[in-house]
Amino acid sequence: MDLILEILSIPLVQSILKIAFIILLFAMPLGTVLTLMERKWSAMIQDRVGPNRANVGNYTGNGLLHLAADGLKSIFKEDTIPQGANGFLYLIAPFFGLIAGVATFAIIPIAGPIGDFTFQVTDIEPGLLFIFAITSLSVYGAVLAGTSSNSKFALLGGTRASAQMISYEVFMGLALMGIFMVYGSTRVSDIVNGQNEYWFGNLIPMWGVFTQPLGFFLFFTALIAETKRAPFDAPEGESEIVAGYFLEYSGMRWSAFMLAEYVAVAGVAVLMTTLFFGGYHVPWLHLWESAPQWLVTLLQIGKFSIVTIFFCWLQIQLRWTLPKFRFDQTMSLGWKKLLPLSLANTALTAVVVLAFM
Amino acid sequence: MELKVKQVKRVDGVKEAFYIPAAFGGLRLTVKHFFRNLFGSRDVVTINYPEEKRPVSMRWRGRHRLTRKDDGFLKCVACYMCETVCPAKCIHIEAGEHPDLSIEKYPVRFDIDELRCVFCGLCVEACPKEAIRMDTGVVAMAYSSRKTFDFTRDLLRDNYDPNQHESPKYGDEDLPRPESQESALPNSQGIPAS
Repeated sequence: MDLILEILSIPLVQSILKIAFIILLFAMPLGTVLTLMERKWSAMIQDRVGPNRANVGNYTGNGLLHLAADGLKSIFKEDTIPQGANGFLYLIAPFFGLIAGVATFAIIPIAGPIGDFTFQVTDIEPGLLFIFAITSLSVYGAVLAGTSSNSKFALLGGTRASAQMISYEVFMGLALMGIFMVYGSTRVSDIVNGQNEYWFGNLIPMWGVFTQPLGFFLFFTALIAETKRAPFDAPEGESEIVAGYFLEYSGMRWSAFMLAEYVAVAGVAVLMTTLFFGGYHVPWLHLWESAPQWLVTLLQIGKFSIVTIFFCWLQIQLRWTLPKFRFDQTMSLGWKKLLPLSLANTALTAVVVLAFM
Repeated sequence: MELKVKQVKRVDGVKEAFYIPAAFGGLRLTVKHFFRNLFGSRDVVTINYPEEKRPVSMRWRGRHRLTRKDDGFLKCVACYMCETVCPAKCIHIEAGEHPDLSIEKYPVRFDIDELRCVFCGLCVEACPKEAIRMDTGVVAMAYSSRKTFDFTRDLLRDNYDPNQHESPKYGDEDLPRPESQESALPNSQGIPAS
């Protein structure tokens, strides 16, 4: 027993356990379930039934078994490589997006610390700058897939993806400048704890969405464009360039692209929760001072999960509501409207912070 | 001549220019549908086909059936009317002599190739005895072999399903066999033989 506790107190072992817990029990299941939920929820929006046929005996689980069916199908499908493709780049391209999506979860705290133990893989000093670095990496997935496939549609999709993602990264960073200024740090735990303070006594929590409403809107838009989902799905462009940059892929590598997309959706949701909706902090819980620690931790995980699931749902709802932007509309929206807006937001926040704090 | 051009008025205004209010209007609609269907699928119009079936009209033309008299034997008198009128040439009849002398003929073979049939319903209209009908309500015939679509006389029963291989209900041995020539003469319809 002592030996186990001693092993558990080694930081490396703790980190590996946390990675296993957060990746295997939070990020991947959320991404996987979202692949089904996207289809079920879109069916509800469009007054359809959605997938409900996969079954074991008479049990269908209202479509739940499609998860297993999809996985099995992908594994047993042939992994084709088109003629003239750059083999090595073609084979590794799907995993850039997946790795980038999963790495987002590394700095996200899903509950408050108990003593020295934090519910966070690592609380690095650069914090959100790490997120910017990692999301830039996911551009490589799209670009490499587009160029190495030896297909014109894929090349067009890859070009569009690279242009769109690089453009929207510019003001994704600028949109967060306000958050950095208000909470005075890029470290995630500082930002989350800063959101646990209150205005007017104990009336309104200082959540990012209240301190930075414009920043919230801009950052959310930029992140949706980063995940390449509607209304910014010109890189996939189902109606013009078939499936865009991952057109030539099949089997498990195609699934890796799909899974990367949904892990990215979950990543967007946890980022929005952490930066703009108080992270794991349950509002007004500090008024109940005698609350037991285990209950507080459970409530925090619950609140974090609920807000995360809400943002996953909101992204899917947006995708099935808004029509696709043309590619030039995407670019002009980004450079001509959202970039000046985020600059204005940064300047305004700077003035307000200087005047009142 | 001057062309008449109808100009459709473009919808402009604050709502369209800012995009966000219009987007929220769209979200309101989709969210409304989402929650209505989340609790009880109220707007869903889907019919889960193999389990649920759409009710078909009385006049809807489905797979054929050969009707029977009260004694269980076919009404068909093998007059070849349906075979003659059939535009797809999918009916093939062979007439045979009926043991009941009051009945002139009966079909020894009555084959319909359902793959050739165009479901026009002319055979039903042509039949003088109401012996063939298309009111089984069988919407789709999906069988794994072409041969299954060659429906013979004994298969054209009301509820026959080739996917369940069961023996035909009425064979030649089930024909009403009169015990003697005399007993056969005044038949069930009261028409004296010749």
